[in-house]
Amino acid sequence: MNKVITLQEAANKITNGCTLMIGGFVGCAVPEKLIDAIAKKHIKDITLISNDLGPTGEGPGLLVHNRQIKKAIVSFVSINREAREMERAGELEVELVPQGSLAEKIRAGGYGLGGVLTKTGLGTAVEEGKERVTVDNQPYLLERPLSADVAIVFAKKADTLGNLVFHGSASSHSMAMASAGDITIVEAEEIVEAGSIAPDTIHVPSAFVNYVVQGGIENAN
Amino acid sequence: MPIDAKEYIARTIADELTDNSVVNLGIGLPTLVPRYVNKSRGILLHSENGLLGLGEDYRPEEENDPHVITSSGIPAKYVPGAAFFDSCVSFGIIRGGHLDVTVLGAMEVDRNGDIANYQVPGKALVGMGGAMDLCIGAKKVIVAMFHTQNGAPKILNKCKLPLTAERAVNTIVTEMGVIDVTGEGLILRSRNPEYSIEEIQKATEADLIIKCD
Repeated sequence: MNKVITLQEAANKITNGCTLMIGGFVGCAVPEKLIDAIAKKHIKDITLISNDLGPTGEGPGLLVHNRQIKKAIVSFVSINREAREMERAGELEVELVPQGSLAEKIRAGGYGLGGVLTKTGLGTAVEEGKERVTVDNQPYLLERPLSADVAIVFAKKADTLGNLVFHGSASSHSMAMASAGDITIVEAEEIVEAGSIAPDTIHVPSAFVNYVVQGGIENAN
Repeated sequence: MPIDAKEYIARTIADELTDNSVVNLGIGLPTLVPRYVNKSRGILLHSENGLLGLGEDYRPEEENDPHVITSSGIPAKYVPGAAFFDSCVSFGIIRGGHLDVTVLGAMEVDRNGDIANYQVPGKALVGMGGAMDLCIGAKKVIVAMFHTQNGAPKILNKCKLPLTAERAVNTIVTEMGVIDVTGEGLILRSRNPEYSIEEIQKATEADLIIKCD
């Protein structure tokens, strides 16, 4: 099986009103070519799940700039001035999730779990509207799972079957997101033949991945 | 405020850290701490985006790896023995009791150890990032901040701003001294000799229990 498709074929799988996960961290290790393709295709009313909104106009910030995002579920927006102004003006809905809870909500969505229990957010605004659960006399918040119609992530290397290798400190939620997309599309800096990556060194196995597109050195942010 | 207030805070926190511990540093003042930590002490810096073993800053002329960054998005060096991982692992380190210390800035801290450091109502949205997880997960939470803001105390009886976490802070380090949050109340454990005990109490809304000269 060969999961490699063209950028155009990948873009055609992303539609108006979809829920979209984008991997990476502050605009680094993001799937830039896929984001550009979504921008060019003018896909609208996206519910975005991402660690952050990137720097202004970069990474997920490009889709914010183009007014393609209806709602963003992220852990911070501080480095995107434009997104902050849009949120204040009521042009962008933002739901803030603590970064560690976001990671586990995404993992729960991809791993078939009904949510996770965490102490993070107890007694804060994050607790509003959420259930408190006691386990062994300890209070926890129930954080429900997150999944997406499409997850797009950047990987350093993929094989044609969709096994992935990541690199560096910015992959952040990408590995969990690969499991949480109904369709997962990976933008790989390098694509190699299946069988040429040592099984011990694979970070995400191919079962989570539907499609692979060729990235390139220009994806290095 | 003395010119070296930031240096006093960073040096004091460096002395608070235990050798060979795993430490996460927040943005702002906490990032100054490594300047005063000798490498021989074996302290490993954790960066919540996915790096254990953060190294020193790049010099501008040095070539960097664009996919190795700090949690502020700045190119990062890493030390021998460093590891990269994803957010699930990173926050497993934090919440699972594997992070010895987090050093965070704060807008307000109160006598119960409640901390507010991510949002001022009515101001543009910021987001908590990893701060809420760090506050509930780290074995020790050290706040690094200036003692007052425009002359108004930041160490209060009760925080007014939206909380980052309840009963989370263990120690507050300011340019005036070191305050421990305990069941008895706030204990002034040491002070910067440039300030008298009276001056420090006057700059603090909550009552201090004095356990230093």
